[in-house]
Amino acid sequence: MEDLLAARLQMTVSFVFHIVFACIGMTMPWLMFLAEWKWIKTGQKVYLDLAKAWARGVAIFFAVGAVSGTVLSFELGLLWPNFMKHAGAIIGMPFSWEGTAFFLEAIALGVFLYGRGRVSQRVHLLSGLVVGIAGVVSGIFVVAANAWMNSPAGFDWVSGQAINIDPFKAMFNKAWFHQALHMTIAAFASTCFAVAGVHAYMLLRYKNNEFHRKAVRIALAFGAVSAILQPLSGDYSAKRVAELQPVKLAAMESLFETSKPASLVIGGIPDVEEEKVRYGIHIPKVLSFLAHGDFNAEVQGLDKTPKENWPPVAIVHYAFQIMVFMGVLMMGAGILYLIFNFKWKGNLEKRWWLKTLVWLTPVGFIAVEAGWIVTEVGRQPWIIYGIMKTKDAVSPMPGLQFSLYTVTLIYLILTFLVFWLMRRQIMVIHENPQILYDHD
Amino acid sequence: MTEIIILILAIAVLLYVLLGGADFGAGIVELVTGKRGIDIISKAIAPVWEANHIWLILAIVILFNGFPTVFTVLTTYLHIPLFIVLLGIVFRGSAFTFRYYDTVKDNTHKYYTRFFRISSLITPFFLGVVLGAIILGKIPSEVKGSFYEIFIYSWLNFFTFTTGAFVTLLFGWLAAIYLIGEANDDESYITFSNTSRLFFILLVITGAAVFLMADVYGLHLLRQFLESPIAIACVIIATIIIPFLWRSITQRNIFKLRLLAGIQTAAIISGWFAVQFPVMIFIEGGHNLTVWNSQAPEKTMSMLLYALIAGVLIILPAFGYLFKVFKFGNEEKKLVE
Repeated sequence: MEDLLAARLQMTVSFVFHIVFACIGMTMPWLMFLAEWKWIKTGQKVYLDLAKAWARGVAIFFAVGAVSGTVLSFELGLLWPNFMKHAGAIIGMPFSWEGTAFFLEAIALGVFLYGRGRVSQRVHLLSGLVVGIAGVVSGIFVVAANAWMNSPAGFDWVSGQAINIDPFKAMFNKAWFHQALHMTIAAFASTCFAVAGVHAYMLLRYKNNEFHRKAVRIALAFGAVSAILQPLSGDYSAKRVAELQPVKLAAMESLFETSKPASLVIGGIPDVEEEKVRYGIHIPKVLSFLAHGDFNAEVQGLDKTPKENWPPVAIVHYAFQIMVFMGVLMMGAGILYLIFNFKWKGNLEKRWWLKTLVWLTPVGFIAVEAGWIVTEVGRQPWIIYGIMKTKDAVSPMPGLQFSLYTVTLIYLILTFLVFWLMRRQIMVIHENPQILYDHD
Repeated sequence: MTEIIILILAIAVLLYVLLGGADFGAGIVELVTGKRGIDIISKAIAPVWEANHIWLILAIVILFNGFPTVFTVLTTYLHIPLFIVLLGIVFRGSAFTFRYYDTVKDNTHKYYTRFFRISSLITPFFLGVVLGAIILGKIPSEVKGSFYEIFIYSWLNFFTFTTGAFVTLLFGWLAAIYLIGEANDDESYITFSNTSRLFFILLVITGAAVFLMADVYGLHLLRQFLESPIAIACVIIATIIIPFLWRSITQRNIFKLRLLAGIQTAAIISGWFAVQFPVMIFIEGGHNLTVWNSQAPEKTMSMLLYALIAGVLIILPAFGYLFKVFKFGNEEKKLVE
């Protein structure tokens, strides 16, 4: 295998693995905090059970997220030394802020998980809140660093060297806000739907279980709101991408020819040789509106860019379609949930609704993975958009495929283990909630 | 400005050794104490290991932000040992967490424990190998030559293996000392005390071996130590402490014990810093990367400094609080029980 491909695949595997844990690590503390807060407010023990059960989930996911995040931070250098050599001084700043936020998160999590009875109730609850806030903040910083790769700022590139570096401008580049917003909401939507799905499954098996019923409610409350907000942030992101990275947008939509107005393509099979999309549904003028807010606006196609600078069009196109489709599914479920909450409340207990939720369990994470494929593959062949190509950044070390195989194997095993362990935990806790109190 | 950043980097490394290192050490101690240590060790490191681990992240972030060339050279030429360190970090963290949280006590716990212990041993060893390679000065100055010359020779030799063993024993010894304070009965007290004595003796022998091996490879480490007044002071401090430390173990003075072990380790590490400064990585042919020739542009450094100062102001009180709750509140809690 070519070393560049091996390096890219290893980065992909590491990232695909880590992002799930990162999302859960950002979001689940909020659920845990809310359950804890409700327990203090209402005194209903089921909320305490819930807070403790979720806290165990957070502990496991956070730990694996922390170590796999460490792997990524090293891989930036192990796989892309030439990138880090130039980029380190420019975008190191969000990483150093991220370090602080992550540190605070780890400390607060230690207090929350093990401090019950050792610190006052107020401090304990506060520590849960700090975990949630610090998690979201550290996520935003990391995404800001990634956004810089899409929209490089804060330096001048003169004959292969970065000069006049301004880390502040680099961090608050043109892409940081829409990417961070979209990712944060995505983390909430994906995790909350997954949590709701798992508890809905238990509710299907064990009817009228108060523990799982409350769990579904809390998770869906967050999930529904995020799923409904997400298309708005997605629309905003699309407009920004149209402006900042027209090639990426053209690949997402498989728009080979610059068009005025441009039609939106749904589905279809892009044919890069023939430069057209087969079997897609074309909706006239809509892409112009989505990209520029004007039904008659011109949208730049791939034809404006030399072919060697095209990203892999088909992958980006499919990934984008998958992300949007999953997003629509979640939005639909979110809207239904809100409607049922106001009217026809009985539906929330119905089997068909719970089954729907079970089916939606992985949907959010599929959307997150697909979305990152759009972001990362859509930027190719560049590692720093318009500045440095990915092939020029790769490590000079031959034989990178062996580390790829190792990482892939280990992450597959870990994925399997975590699933297996979570399943076992959920069943054991369901059968004997008293276990939750053993460690105290 | 650069000096302050280097100082914070040094403190992060030192704290990582003292705290994160001891968490790895706990796994090494388990290799000696077996089943007896498991409960105490799990309880002792569960609340703090993740926070301790982040001192490493902080050090890495300082490197790739403030000294990108250093980070790049490390990850290019020491790719293989660093990769093994990463695998160790992943295995240790996952295995420990799974073991702690898996409430079903069946056969799988045997595997968690095995992975936890082995990765706790391998990770510090290869961290030590990386450290040895940084000091030895065999890292090539450019990507030229055979795979062995570029990516293996600089870290695969007896000197780096000795530093690897030294770091491993240092972490294990620190853990054993800390664990004496966590022991809740006489039997485990004696077990941890004996382990700490064993590791200490091995540590002194390996320490001597490091200097010897350095000489074999043409690195006159001892002379460098003797030329630096700070390093001499550190060695003297570390030596004077030995008998006091030894006596504290029998006296069962937990606080004094931990303090002395901390000071001793700090002295060893500071001695190394003193000899090393201002070089970050010794490179073949003397093209060394120093603090001065590898630092990022001024604006980056000043932003990094502000970020670090703000970060430290936030982290240190929180970190202190974490340790107050879990490590220094123990005596009171035991009284209540």
